Amino acid sequence: MNLSINRVIVYIVASLVLVYLMLPTFIIIPMSFSSASYMQFPPPGFSLRWYEAFFSDSLWMNSFFLSLKLGVVTMIVSTILGTLASVTLARTRSKWNDLFYSVLLTPMIVPLIIIAVVIYGFFTRLHLQGSFLGLVIAHTIVAIPYVITVVLGALRGFDIFIEQAAVSLGAHPFKAFIKITVPIISPALLSGALFAFIASFDELIVALFVSNTFTKTLPVKMWEGMRLEIDPTMTAVASVLITISIALLLSVELLKSFGKQKKVLK
Amino acid sequence: MKQVINSKPENGLLDSEANAENGKKLNTTKLLVLPAVLLVIVFLIFPLFQLAYNSFFSPDFTFKHYLRFFQETVYLQVLVNTIKVGLYVTFITLVLGYPVAFLLVTVSQRMQNILLIFVLLPFWTSFLVRTYAWMIILGREGVVNKLLIYLGLIHEPLSMLHNSFAVLIGLSHVMLPFMIFPLYSVMKNIDLDLVKAAQSLGATPFHAFKKVLFPLSVPGIASGSILVFIISIGYYVTPALLGGGSDTMISQLIAQQIGQQLNWGFGSAIAFILLVVVLIILSLFNRFFGLDKISFGP
Repeated sequence: MNLSINRVIVYIVASLVLVYLMLPTFIIIPMSFSSASYMQFPPPGFSLRWYEAFFSDSLWMNSFFLSLKLGVVTMIVSTILGTLASVTLARTRSKWNDLFYSVLLTPMIVPLIIIAVVIYGFFTRLHLQGSFLGLVIAHTIVAIPYVITVVLGALRGFDIFIEQAAVSLGAHPFKAFIKITVPIISPALLSGALFAFIASFDELIVALFVSNTFTKTLPVKMWEGMRLEIDPTMTAVASVLITISIALLLSVELLKSFGKQKKVLK
Repeated sequence: MKQVINSKPENGLLDSEANAENGKKLNTTKLLVLPAVLLVIVFLIFPLFQLAYNSFFSPDFTFKHYLRFFQETVYLQVLVNTIKVGLYVTFITLVLGYPVAFLLVTVSQRMQNILLIFVLLPFWTSFLVRTYAWMIILGREGVVNKLLIYLGLIHEPLSMLHNSFAVLIGLSHVMLPFMIFPLYSVMKNIDLDLVKAAQSLGATPFHAFKKVLFPLSVPGIASGSILVFIISIGYYVTPALLGGGSDTMISQLIAQQIGQQLNWGFGSAIAFILLVVVLIILSLFNRFFGLDKISFGP
């Protein structure tokens, strides 16, 4: 069958591309356990020295915890604002809704470097440049579109009669939303929240312009390290970040299959 | 659902009662969008207008910043290089992404879920981490050089970093998921039996691809290509870390003019040019395919 020969060729090419996609991850993790004092491939021996160097360095740790804190705060703020906005967009019909939707997706369409410079200019005038609040505002703007695309989809697929039933039985609309709707769309809410977290936690370009020496996020600290020299500590930092990404990705995938099951049950 | 909210009460007391409740709720529901919208307007849209203003009025009304950009060869070269890199990356990711999307839609559901992780994991991994990995892989003491020397293919390490080659490898890697997801979601809905039917009627595999599969997958190709192109031309990190002096892209120029030289007029003009280019491409895409066809994630 000549079909299968062609297919085999396509499959081989596709597999090679998948290897190319995974290559960076698979190279960096073994390198982080190297015992060599400079970058050396293959690693001559096993050691945890670069993890030790990362976790015992107060500068690295400051940046790490700052980024964690920033990610969590951004996640909470953008999930709340994004969910509220999605409720309007999913449940009301107004000539303004299309405009609002475009406004809310703007941060996804405008190149990050442009977002970075305009926020930088604006923040300098407001004295928000270099502040934690400034970073939260900037990252919330970047994260909101991710929350909205995920949550809006879930709300549009949600049967509003269940909530209306609670309201007509006397529940306050807000309480009905929290008690009935939120639990049902919770897989989407959590995925949106995790998207928002990673959007902030990994964000470099806006942070480069908005942060200062005292508010140096982890990506900014890594960026500085990468421009100066190849420091093997970075392999440990990178591996920690990859581990966090894997954990978040698996959570989101689990939530997705959970959401599907719920739909089937309904 | 929307119809439900706007439907008139048809009969009975209960219905009209519920609707009266809804009517009150609808007003507050309409307002819930405002906090997010105001945040984006105040901190992004308004400053974007200021950026446009800065590019024409610094200090007084002038076109000099735009003229400077289009008249000096250094800057024009950056623009040409940016567009060239964008086109190359779009082409590379299309050629590499198409077989992957095809593989994904032809294997079993179980296998598909496993293979999707291969695409999703890099998508979720910080692009800074991935760019760093390419620095390790392509460096003088890097993995590729060590391997080639070990195999006896070369004696001196090749310099593969800080050139266009490294930029294309690194940027294509970052952009591949953005190409694969739209291709995959379009191909998922193509009836692959059509390809088989064409072949059983005598078409060669290539002909069947050209006449059946390819035309049906055009929406995916278009949306993936647009997405990859507009993200690539605004990309900053990868060219800055993997590229050399002649690989400067427009985003680096913006960062340099505004971040280092505090040259707001000229920097704003360049940023505005990039913004306008992106918006023109998106509106063209909107006219032909509809913007809702663009998916930014899986």
